[in-house]
Amino acid sequence: MKDFSRKEIDYILDTAEKLEPVARGEERSRLLDGKIIALLFFEPSTRTRLSFEVAAQRLGGQVLNLGSVEASSVMKGENLADTIRVISNYADLIVMRHPLDGSARMATEFASVPIINGGDGSLHHPTQTFLDLYTIRRESHLEGLKIAMAGDLKYGRTVHSLCHALSLYGAEMTFVSPPELRMPPEIVRDLQKNNINVKETDSLEEIIGDVEVLYMTRVQRERFPDPEEYEKVKNKLKVTGDLLINADPNLKILHPLPRVNEISPEVDSTPYACYFQQAFYGVPTRMALLVLAMGVIE
Amino acid sequence: MKEKRDLKIQAIENGTVIDHIKAGQALNVLRILRISSTFRATISFVMNALGARGKKDVVKIEGKELSVEELNRIALISPMATINIIRDFEVVQKNNVVLPPYVEGVVRCINSNCISNSSEPIKSKFSVLQSEDGVTLRCLYCEHVISENIAENLL
Repeated sequence: MKDFSRKEIDYILDTAEKLEPVARGEERSRLLDGKIIALLFFEPSTRTRLSFEVAAQRLGGQVLNLGSVEASSVMKGENLADTIRVISNYADLIVMRHPLDGSARMATEFASVPIINGGDGSLHHPTQTFLDLYTIRRESHLEGLKIAMAGDLKYGRTVHSLCHALSLYGAEMTFVSPPELRMPPEIVRDLQKNNINVKETDSLEEIIGDVEVLYMTRVQRERFPDPEEYEKVKNKLKVTGDLLINADPNLKILHPLPRVNEISPEVDSTPYACYFQQAFYGVPTRMALLVLAMGVIE
Repeated sequence: MKEKRDLKIQAIENGTVIDHIKAGQALNVLRILRISSTFRATISFVMNALGARGKKDVVKIEGKELSVEELNRIALISPMATINIIRDFEVVQKNNVVLPPYVEGVVRCINSNCISNSSEPIKSKFSVLQSEDGVTLRCLYCEHVISENIAENLL
């Protein structure tokens, strides 16, 4: 994400907005007519894969799926570099997800077609960040946003990338997490160096009236050696109808999904809930990335 | 007394002398220059020699002038080192090592999940930055930063 300037991000989001009617099926587009998009997912990710598939098909493109890794040449011991070289000859663009950090960057060294990183390793998932930004722009505003991020801020790659991207727009950020899962101090330092106001707390109640966007993430049980501790944290970081009584009327709640129990179902029908809309916005955002990477619009 | 000290490092006729190496880093300098048992030239080195500015290591490579690119890699582990090119027992060129902006295949990424630590046909790649605290390497694949113990991660 750090490779993108604010101007470039804005341009991608503008393109996504133009393509939104196509993503909704209200307009037809043949921008990717005759193009083949290969989806190489070396680890499961139904949501990302499906939204790329929908994005390509809504634009008239064809999708080539690697299928299961177990049944592919990867199981025969083929390295990623060779797989990329081969698929480059079959497709016009490759979307890949791989468990190793930096794999997408490496793939660009061997590919003769554009590569889109659909998530590599534990650090980067840039298309998620673009769709988060798009959601915020569509449902709230990006400039000077008052945002709280809550849950697992230590390991959550989506919040790390989002923080960096939002810092380009001058946000006010509040991090809500148990002490064990706090935002890594180097990220907080980087934000402060960029004149971003950062506040840290462990209580959602304390901040709910002061934020325009609440970005929830899942706290994973395996992060806690003590199950009792997990239960305590889980209940403390939960968005309920009661919590929202004091919320800003314009509050929007985002979540990269899947959620487990950090947002109770009663919230789904409130005007605050934005997470399913956010999942839809993955389609126009990925459409924009596909057409820009393919150069079919400039 | 002076004669005895001189015996430690004999003058060479032609080749490269790397002086003012941070004390204790001579073996790492050989590693970073990829000098191993298959290297044909005569190598001599001293560790912890007493110089005007305290202890230092010195490496002499006879009959071979190493390239600037190779020698500048030394700056990763010993930024004060100097390079002397010797011809006919004379120093014909003397330079400080200069930190290269980029290194490839020299250091291993400390992130065990980095693609450069897998069996893929690639070399590790880092951008090199001089920070207040010293030298910092950033992996060009996974973006992990190495800011200490670079010598321990030499390939």
